[in-house]
Amino acid sequence: MSADKSATPLGKVRGLGPAGNVGGHWIEERFMSVAIFLLSLWLIFSLMMLPALDRDTLVEWLRAPAAAVPMALFVIAAFKHALDGMKVVVDDYVHTEGNLVATHFVLKMLAIAGAALSLFALAKIAFGAA
Amino acid sequence: MTAPTSRPLSPHLSIWKWGPHMLVSILHRVTGSGLTVAGLALLTWWLLSIASGAPAFDQFVAVATHPVGIAVLVGLTWAFWQHSFSGLRHLFLDTGAGYELKTNRFFSVMTIVAALFATAATWFVLMGVNR
Repeated sequence: MSADKSATPLGKVRGLGPAGNVGGHWIEERFMSVAIFLLSLWLIFSLMMLPALDRDTLVEWLRAPAAAVPMALFVIAAFKHALDGMKVVVDDYVHTEGNLVATHFVLKMLAIAGAALSLFALAKIAFGAA
Repeated sequence: MTAPTSRPLSPHLSIWKWGPHMLVSILHRVTGSGLTVAGLALLTWWLLSIASGAPAFDQFVAVATHPVGIAVLVGLTWAFWQHSFSGLRHLFLDTGAGYELKTNRFFSVMTIVAALFATAATWFVLMGVNR
């Protein structure tokens, strides 16, 4: 706080962090939002076009790479985008730095656990659920 | 950095009325949070039930086709479309365009109209497929 008036130009910017890629995280959030939007449209239109939504039809559909691969991408993008969004929401309500870091940790663990569970189920279907 | 408490507080915070842009802003958060909690839970359960076999899938279908289950699914469909149209609006605003009062108001209202229309259309098609 006291290094303002007498500091050299270098002294003023020291400790403020890197200046090269500060927009990277912001861009990554937008990228993930576009990705989940397109993949959601794919999922909704795919479900609409299936002749029925019974288990046999769904298993047969998800065994084909043309459905299994976008579904895997959908799961990953959905949990990543949800994590990005929930972090922004809790940022506004958790004001203590330590609590905020802890909340972000919990959200990240939940997102990773949910994505792993969904991907495991998808792999089991794609590689031959009975 | 603590502000002096003797200074008068601005009165503006209590003088305002709802506008479509405020409604769309809070709806974006509510629908996003709803899709995260209920949507992702259902997605995970749906995939697990398909992977686990016929009895587990039948259990999922029983809950999903129960009137309460259908209400949740319709709600999630609406939440998806509202969040999507609102999200597209935000991507547009991110370019620095669309902040003029009338333009902003128009696109705010349009996200609500488009989401209701898309929800109805989605279920119209889904019902035709499965009934």
